[in-house]
Amino acid sequence: MSTVTGKRQFPWHILVFLAPATIVYTAFMVYPLADSVRLSFYTLDETGATHFAGLQNYVLMLTDEEWAGPFWNALKNNFIFFLIHMLVQNPIGILLAALLSLPKLHGRGTYRTLIFFPTMLSVVIIGFIWQLILSPLWGISETMLDWVGLADWFAPWLGEEHSALVTLALMSVWQFVGMPMMLIYAALLAIPDELVDAAIVDGANHNQVFWRIKLPLILPTVGIVSILTFVGNFNAFDLIYAVKGALAGPNFSTDIMGTLFYRTFFGYQLQIGSPTMGATVATLMFLIILVGVMLYLFVIQRRLQRYSL
Amino acid sequence: MKTQRATGAVAVHAILLGYTLIALYPIFLVLINSFKSRKGIFGDPMALPTEKSFSLEGFEQVLQRSNFELYFGNSLIVTVVTLVIVLLTGAMAAWALSEYKFRGNLALAIYLSLGIMIPIRLGSVSILQLVVDLGLINTLTALILVYTAQSLPLAVFILSEFMSQIPKDLKEAARCDGVSEYKIFYAIILPLTRPAIATVGVFSMIPVWNDLWFPLILAPSEETQTITLGVQQFVGQYVTNWNAVLASLTLAIIPVLVLYVIFSRQLVRGITSGAVK
Repeated sequence: MSTVTGKRQFPWHILVFLAPATIVYTAFMVYPLADSVRLSFYTLDETGATHFAGLQNYVLMLTDEEWAGPFWNALKNNFIFFLIHMLVQNPIGILLAALLSLPKLHGRGTYRTLIFFPTMLSVVIIGFIWQLILSPLWGISETMLDWVGLADWFAPWLGEEHSALVTLALMSVWQFVGMPMMLIYAALLAIPDELVDAAIVDGANHNQVFWRIKLPLILPTVGIVSILTFVGNFNAFDLIYAVKGALAGPNFSTDIMGTLFYRTFFGYQLQIGSPTMGATVATLMFLIILVGVMLYLFVIQRRLQRYSL
Repeated sequence: MKTQRATGAVAVHAILLGYTLIALYPIFLVLINSFKSRKGIFGDPMALPTEKSFSLEGFEQVLQRSNFELYFGNSLIVTVVTLVIVLLTGAMAAWALSEYKFRGNLALAIYLSLGIMIPIRLGSVSILQLVVDLGLINTLTALILVYTAQSLPLAVFILSEFMSQIPKDLKEAARCDGVSEYKIFYAIILPLTRPAIATVGVFSMIPVWNDLWFPLILAPSEETQTITLGVQQFVGQYVTNWNAVLASLTLAIIPVLVLYVIFSRQLVRGITSGAVK
């Protein structure tokens, strides 16, 4: 008797392996994102019924006095927030990584582990820690500034309109500097020793090796760090909410897209929340992030690749 | 030349040490002051608790006035259950994508990795609606489902990279012996993938444990608050009670500190090896 295998069996096992992850991901991530975009083209009436409204929500959000003011303010603040990360967090991260990757450095693992620790904590905790440290009531910052002779310089930075946003951004920088440090450190370690050795044999010093050889080679990683920072910043919310609340005071000077989204969706004080306008803000955030990622993929990364090994 | 190198090394250590201090001193201040009396906190904030200033009143107040143990338990349940589901279903999907050739393989891989760059928060309006429709509002289940969806893309991506490097002989040998595909996955592949699973586990755990957004909108009730939300609400309520605020922050920091001491090597290795690729 011979067994005849007829048609090949349907590969059920592939389906079984793929189904759970795909279903949860589709139901709780892809569907809500798509549905949010859809909702942004609708309005809700008092009965809770939705009506198609075309681009009306977007026109309101971008041009109407009541909506556009807060929107452009939040967008501008968010760009400042991002810019401070790029100007402070990433250079410090590169500097620390460069120092950590120096040959024959003692205690590099310990430094790395210790400096990375704040990155692990919740943004909420970090916000509160700095709120306490910067509080004029406690006076710690004043005392510390006094040690270096800058006591007069102290001000309640978090409470003043012109300095609150920068202070919050620096708190975030302080927390997340470990991320660029780690990623760039790893990239520096991956540079082949022969390249560095060859340069040193040719008479280059550590400084020259870093600027002329290592930095160009790690630029792709700097690019990745930048885009991660961009996405993270335009999605930030927890820090501002923890320290300043949903109103992002003083006088909305610390309002960024995340807090604007929250207020628009849930309402605040006398304004009633609106799911459809909330969805509109979310879709605009999505577009901003998309443009950023595209810009990175098609403009920056492509240029950087020429230098990579 | 030699002295120049020595001064160079001193300068490097000075910078690194200086930055380490900047990174840790604020946390250290909160930790030490939480063990002081109110007078000690304001009298000499930088000093370690002494016999005179030592006090646990902050902790007593926190434990009395809030359900800290409950919040902690909630965070633990959400994080652990999410991790188990993400690692199991993520490994299954990663295995299917890296091992089997089928139509739509690449498309599905791209589809699943879209979520690495797109923040799930942007879908919150519809997530809230969905959770309400499913009757899951104010449940830990809602958080677990959302966090699972949030963590899966990166998990599948890293795990399938890793699995595609597993040598062919092992699984081919098993197939010749007639071992089922499920058993190959369970008995051969999963144990081999352990290092990558550990890395993904540590990676996925941090944002889930620390998140404020979804507990705030999906499960803000007293019974379902996670520790991050619980601390946020507690501090908001007792702003002027410095003992209680400092103690609640300390209670939130310590579990992370302990976990970090245990897993930091794993985590650092994960980040650095992931970045090299």
